[in-house]
Amino acid sequence: MTPAGSLLAGTGLRKAYGPTTALDGAEFSVHPGEVVALMGPSGSGKSTLLHCLAGIVRPDAGFVGYDGQDLTGMSDAERSALRRTDFGFVFQFGRLVPELTCLENVALPLRLSGVRRRAAEARALEWLERLKVEDVRTRRPGELSGGQQQRVAVARALVTNPRVIFADEPTGALDSLNGELVMDLLSDAARKAHAAVVLVTHDVRVAAYSDREVVMRDGRANDMAGAI
Amino acid sequence: MSIGHTLLGLLEAGPRHGYDLKRAFDERFGQDRPLHYGQVYSTMSRLLKNGLVEVEGIEQGGGPDRKRYAITDAGVTDVERWLAQPEKPEPYLQSTLYTKVVLALLTGRDAARLLDGQRAAHLRLMRGLTERKRGGDLADQLICDHALFHLEADLRWLELAAARLGQLAKSVGS
Repeated sequence: MTPAGSLLAGTGLRKAYGPTTALDGAEFSVHPGEVVALMGPSGSGKSTLLHCLAGIVRPDAGFVGYDGQDLTGMSDAERSALRRTDFGFVFQFGRLVPELTCLENVALPLRLSGVRRRAAEARALEWLERLKVEDVRTRRPGELSGGQQQRVAVARALVTNPRVIFADEPTGALDSLNGELVMDLLSDAARKAHAAVVLVTHDVRVAAYSDREVVMRDGRANDMAGAI
Repeated sequence: MSIGHTLLGLLEAGPRHGYDLKRAFDERFGQDRPLHYGQVYSTMSRLLKNGLVEVEGIEQGGGPDRKRYAITDAGVTDVERWLAQPEKPEPYLQSTLYTKVVLALLTGRDAARLLDGQRAAHLRLMRGLTERKRGGDLADQLICDHALFHLEADLRWLELAAARLGQLAKSVGS
């Protein structure tokens, strides 16, 4: 069962890739409007936990609950649909579609959900403005700096008003100043929208933008809320 | 921080009263530790005695000290010398944290838990500084960044120590 008030929670999660145990009974929960940093050394299972929570990877054992639903019991198609409507993703490298303009990139998740082009692009422009990159709307990702690309990627993640944002090393490819700008905008936008953020990072300065940190070690998650 | 040199530096812009100097100091450098009036006046007395400032005028009535101080040529030279002198880097070789970790291992206590608790405390402080930085002006941002980079260095050490606890336990036990 999920902790009271949490929007997304994983309990007793186990996952192995061949002989390698990635998750060994991991526990995690996040509330609406909360930014939780998932930290730990390389290979500790951070990304696997994020993928399980997002329904990208099915755990070998354990339970992922999202808003009263059992994510682990859903079919692939159901989980895909949920990811499109309720979840947003930001990765280390923007992963924008190189052939599309920035405006089209941000509008893409809405278009895939059946929103008409004009309405989708109007909303996309609003998000580009909020992320302070509206001036690059007609340009393609290849013409942008890393910091600009990442802000466009954040706009794309938020355009559907997701209830959970999964950010996997979102500033990993950026210098300090751009990294902070992205975190500032991402955490601010998420809190205003009352969205939960699962933030995987090894950078403590990025983790300082979170409300709470959970430290992964050997496939186990240690919630530091109660640490002295 | 050398309060004397900082006050001298503030005087370079023009003569000021003691209370005015305190206000200028607190505004720019005293966010967490504002100066006491007593500190200002004892420092100014010392600077006066050493010929680095002079009394330009005294106002009648008002507060206890209405002296208006001005920096002397010797004072300007002193500020110049202080600014040009690099600060001594502090390598923290006698780290309390290191001592605590070794003692925990020596006495069979949970050193990993100690490191986790320290990480949480550091991150809590970093959150506060990050929040203050977000709402602050450029001067606030630079002050907070300086503290944040130092805390980050500590945290990197904590991570490294956590990764090497097994090795350290063996070496401490041998």
